[in-house]
Amino acid sequence: MPVAALKLREAPVIDRPANAGQGPLPLVLESVRFEAGGQRLIDDLSLTVAAGTRTVVLGPNGAGKSLLLRLCHGLIRPTAGSIRWACDDPDRLRREQAFVFQRPVLLRRSAAANVAYALAVAGVPGAERRRRVRAALEQAGLAHIADRPARVLSGGEQQRVALARAWALEPKVLFLDEPTANLDPAATRAIEAVISAMCADGVKIVMTTHDLGQARRQADEIVFLHKGRLIEHADAGRFFARPATPEARAFVAGDLLA
Amino acid sequence: MSQLGDALLTALQLVTSLDRELAEIVVLSLRISLSAVALAVLIGMPLGAALALARFPGRGVLVVLLNACMGLPPVVVGLFVYLMLSRAGPLGELGLLFTPTAMVIAQAILVTPIIAALTRQTVEDLYAEYREQLQSLGVGALRAIPTLLWDGRFSLVTAVLAGLGRAMAEVGAVIIVGGNINHVTRVMTTTIALETSKGYLALALGLGFVLLLLVVAMNATLMLVQSAARQTEG
Repeated sequence: MPVAALKLREAPVIDRPANAGQGPLPLVLESVRFEAGGQRLIDDLSLTVAAGTRTVVLGPNGAGKSLLLRLCHGLIRPTAGSIRWACDDPDRLRREQAFVFQRPVLLRRSAAANVAYALAVAGVPGAERRRRVRAALEQAGLAHIADRPARVLSGGEQQRVALARAWALEPKVLFLDEPTANLDPAATRAIEAVISAMCADGVKIVMTTHDLGQARRQADEIVFLHKGRLIEHADAGRFFARPATPEARAFVAGDLLA
Repeated sequence: MSQLGDALLTALQLVTSLDRELAEIVVLSLRISLSAVALAVLIGMPLGAALALARFPGRGVLVVLLNACMGLPPVVVGLFVYLMLSRAGPLGELGLLFTPTAMVIAQAILVTPIIAALTRQTVEDLYAEYREQLQSLGVGALRAIPTLLWDGRFSLVTAVLAGLGRAMAEVGAVIIVGGNINHVTRVMTTTIALETSKGYLALALGLGFVLLLLVVAMNATLMLVQSAARQTEG
């Protein structure tokens, strides 16, 4: 990754009146293609992500779910096609999104310091930072381990710290890439509770999973991917009751997709 | 065999009697090498970390050159610093030749590439793990460098140890720019070289044991601190 791509923080950008009070959504993807190593990993994908609902990107391993999330968040650039947000101020856009990775990347410092670091980078002043750190850790049920070194926490606790860090940033959109893939049911339940609470707070949730049960519990709408293509984009109730395509029918029935 | 025994006895006598001349030499050696390593850490770590994050044409060549500089011959560095600092040299006005400061400069030049190259490798590995998360948080390169250095602190202890070992052990550079002047620029390695050439092997070997002991003690201390910290911090 070139250093230039790691954007240096610039002077605070004053919100343009046209954008004031308006969220970054909808996010519109048009004919997005992503290639790597001569392979087409995402192909001709058009999708509109609207505000309000919990969107779950579902599909078997290798369907391109993580790539789709990374493309939306701007971690990678599409080979072709366009990805547009309602707001076009890059600085503001970055502040209004947060991303929770499958394997949490925590710094070698305390849980609280991890959250505080993200806020410091975002330019949140000291007193406000301390308040938000405490609130986020409390909401994630981590107040009792705030001062423990983050790297010695359990996998589930580490993922909750990552979630608290995202929450403290007060994003409008939260991307989660298989946030519970390596966790046991109890840890999964704790994570899902935090996600639900954030959603109730008005944060747009976009998460990937290959776990049907999780999709049923969490989704308002389903984006079903297979082999880098968008197969179905539907209301969750409708998707699980009457999948419209043979691939989705097979996946919902629990068959292994080739 | 009796020579080795004599040497051990001499060393023991020197250490237990807290010989003033020995103490002076040991303290000066430590002062020079620790200063040189501190200077090399200040320069080499940010440099190595910057090289780990930067992508530009010719970067590969620079990395190879930096790694090669870990093997800089001390006498060549000594000669170079000598030429720079000698009366006729570009920095002759400063009058630094044959002073401890000149020795610190020479050792810092030797140690900086070692610290920078090992830091580059450590930070690059760490960055592979952290890159997307830092990018997502909007962390700029200038902020990423101290963050990665701090998070790599346990691994970077090894880089410091490698630098310290090099500084404590080398004789070629300090003997050229220091001149091995009694009570002024005489350090352990130059004393050993001098005593050996005078045929006074017992004192030379005795000093050698003291030097080894010091290096082992410093390594052990740092490793203990490192493993204790790693256990509590994860």
